[in-house]
Amino acid sequence: MYMKDFSSEVSSVDTRLSRRSFLRAGVAAGGGLLISINAPMFRAAAADASAANFAPSAFIRIDKTGHVTAVIPQVEIGQGVYTSMPMLIAEELEVEPSQILVEHAPPDDKLYANPKLGFQATGGSTSIAAFYEPFRQAGAVARAMLIAAAAETWGVDASGCRAENGTVIHDASNRSLTYGDLAAKAAALPVPDKVALKDPKDFRIIGRSLKRRDSVDKTTGRTQYSIDFIIPGMKIAVAQASPIIGGKLVGMDERAALTVSAVRKVVRFDDTVAVIADHTGAARKGLAALNPKWEGGAATYSTADLVGDLDKAIAGNAVVATNEGDVKNAVSIAAKTLEARYEAPLLAHATMEPMTCAARITADGCDIWVGTQVIARVQSAVAAVTGFPAEKVRVHNFLMGGAFGRRLETDYAVQAAMIARQVDFPVKVIWTREEDFRHDAFRPHYVDKLSAGPDANGIPTAFSHRVAASSVMARWAPAWFVNGLDPDAVDGAAGPYKFRNQLIEYSRSEPRAGMMTGWWRGVGVTHNSFTVESFVDEMAAAAGKDPVDFRRLLLAQSPRAKAVLDLAAEKAGWGTPMPAGRGRGISVILLFGTYVAQVAEVSVDARGDVRLDRVVCAVDCGRVVNPDGAKAQIEGGIIFGASAALYNAIDIEKGRIVQTNFDTYRVMRIDEAPTIEVYFVDSDQPPTGTGEPGTAAIAGAIGNAVSAAIGKRLRKLPVGRGAINASESRQPYQRL
Amino acid sequence: MAYDLNVNGEQRSVDVDGDTPLLWVIRDVLGMTGTKYGCGIAQCGACTVHIDGEPARSCQTPVESVGRSAITTIEAIHNTPSGLKAQKAWQDLDVVQCGYCQSGQIMSAAALLSEKPNPTDADIDAAMSGNICRCGTYVRIRDAIKYAAKLDGNAKQGG
Repeated sequence: MYMKDFSSEVSSVDTRLSRRSFLRAGVAAGGGLLISINAPMFRAAAADASAANFAPSAFIRIDKTGHVTAVIPQVEIGQGVYTSMPMLIAEELEVEPSQILVEHAPPDDKLYANPKLGFQATGGSTSIAAFYEPFRQAGAVARAMLIAAAAETWGVDASGCRAENGTVIHDASNRSLTYGDLAAKAAALPVPDKVALKDPKDFRIIGRSLKRRDSVDKTTGRTQYSIDFIIPGMKIAVAQASPIIGGKLVGMDERAALTVSAVRKVVRFDDTVAVIADHTGAARKGLAALNPKWEGGAATYSTADLVGDLDKAIAGNAVVATNEGDVKNAVSIAAKTLEARYEAPLLAHATMEPMTCAARITADGCDIWVGTQVIARVQSAVAAVTGFPAEKVRVHNFLMGGAFGRRLETDYAVQAAMIARQVDFPVKVIWTREEDFRHDAFRPHYVDKLSAGPDANGIPTAFSHRVAASSVMARWAPAWFVNGLDPDAVDGAAGPYKFRNQLIEYSRSEPRAGMMTGWWRGVGVTHNSFTVESFVDEMAAAAGKDPVDFRRLLLAQSPRAKAVLDLAAEKAGWGTPMPAGRGRGISVILLFGTYVAQVAEVSVDARGDVRLDRVVCAVDCGRVVNPDGAKAQIEGGIIFGASAALYNAIDIEKGRIVQTNFDTYRVMRIDEAPTIEVYFVDSDQPPTGTGEPGTAAIAGAIGNAVSAAIGKRLRKLPVGRGAINASESRQPYQRL
Repeated sequence: MAYDLNVNGEQRSVDVDGDTPLLWVIRDVLGMTGTKYGCGIAQCGACTVHIDGEPARSCQTPVESVGRSAITTIEAIHNTPSGLKAQKAWQDLDVVQCGYCQSGQIMSAAALLSEKPNPTDADIDAAMSGNICRCGTYVRIRDAIKYAAKLDGNAKQGG
């Protein structure tokens, strides 16, 4: 998801906060030491860490047996935070990361706000970036207090004591006490004002690859996702909302559904039905028998209408995001002008676990069992539809079978609560794959217009980029949609480059009511990477320059971006000849503070079908906390983005989503996956995220590689089929 | 209608319509949730189980078609040498991310390894291309299958 770069504000807040006000210590329930962490917020108000306003965003508990528990507001969606975040605490606390138990925090926007976002959410590649400093501080303070407790016990000076592996040792007298022995005493001590953090050269955990802690359960079928949750008396509901965008239910054969054995009930709303049964098989069969009829809505709406609306919007008024220098004048005096229109389609998330939520409503309140990236939002959305106060809505979060931004929405939980309200037993609502596609919060469809005015040497002195799209921000976080500008849509609209004269603009155009666009892994930059990096290649070609050399000129003032460019180019063997039918393409992006450069190598056959052979990726995400985990995020991110860049588009015909399962929505499979090489820049900068940048960069690299292979510029995603013969790309994909 | 099934070496009796997909019988009726629903049309492989040792997509297998055949799910695949090797390889190489597809991936890999103890890349492509992973762990899945092929038969499962 989108995250404005608040890093400068964070650091200014940081310096005003004393360490003491940033952390609190106290007695944990059951005795023991509790450290509460109020991570610095980017908003000034939240930085007021006075006694009344102290709002911890995470907790560390050390009990009398020495067990360490971290209560972490971030959720595990496959990105490995339950493995990497304890590393930050363990490094300073002097315990092994495996000794720290992780507990997921309950919903509370105030208590568990993401310090980078200001509310409780897992997104924006923020987890490690946000908690790198606070978790190390907390570990260090806890260690200092445990050492102080030991020194007091022994009547020795604390400076003669040291911590190691969950124990405080006094070498001079050869005495030692465990953290469990010391926790209660430490809890009564004052919080030290200043505790020095380790010099990074002394790190023994951060920077070392650590195995995932969820691997055994996930390879033995023991992990419980929300779709697996069951309690006695629970029934299964299979729901269908109108397959026509904005349509309404006008008929159904309820009797036929109820004759299916094990079907218990049919629940209907204006635009949704659900069949409830003892098991999913019966509920699905019941839904087929129910044969609901739908009418109204955007019954003639098609992709062509959606694109027509975007083209109209982009030709009309726009909101200025950036206007530096004088683009119009610079273009008028430029040696020549380049102009291009780019387009990127709607995309589905297609998480492997479809949307699922279980709910139970009693007089006493509501229980929600769900996998969500935004637990507090689910709580308030369910409270709103059920009429319960928030504290009566108990949200139980699960590990998720993929999220990719889809689980930043609350629609499926709200639907489950509404269905549960109509029955007197707990009900688990499982979306079919078809439902999951039809009612996704699609990545917006984008239309872009770019122009550049290169000087006599081909170096652009002016650059303009107007983006037309729906606004996810206006719906999802209206406070960040200011003066009609969606800051995510234009994030990366000039790439990592700086042009002397540049104009970035946004034109909003929403799809028909009943359709939703949402956050998609890599967010706005996933589309801008394709658009801008392709256009930069066009500029390079116009200047008669090699794409990498040309970018080096543009990035002369951006050392970190230039370093990843150079590293990727070198490792990929940029400049070595490619055989006919093959091509190599480069892209460079900056997303959430992480710099990524990728070189893609493709083969294109005579029909124009593209095979992605190899991806070389250079990453500067500051200090790498868990190298193998970060590498996995980049590898997977590349596959996720490559799948979309090569194959994916959600089409609309007669008001219906055309692609509704994996037979028509082609996703990358193992036989199509490239070899991937990932190189991290050695850095002592604070860490930034790796969950999304790998995804965001790949469309640009692939687009450039395919264009290089066929000798023709492709300006519309996806590019994986019919790159040579356009009619080929109109043949719908059908996997048997 | 009642069906007697042989699941992971145990006789289990279920009373469902004969056309009920085996997937829902295993998950909802028998309560074994390691086998996953992904697409319902045998396109993603998340629901893969073994029927008499052969990989099968349980979402497209009517329960009435199974008869007395031996059904093996992810919960018991460690009892087969190739299943145990695959699990160990997956753990040693940290293959999983969200993990949702991995039951099916391991079931397909176990079947491949038992049929071809030293699979080539082409064998891996053929056996594994029916299993989708949206987290994109394919690079590691391929490595893990090759790694598993080199493990001795007495591999012990981690954890």
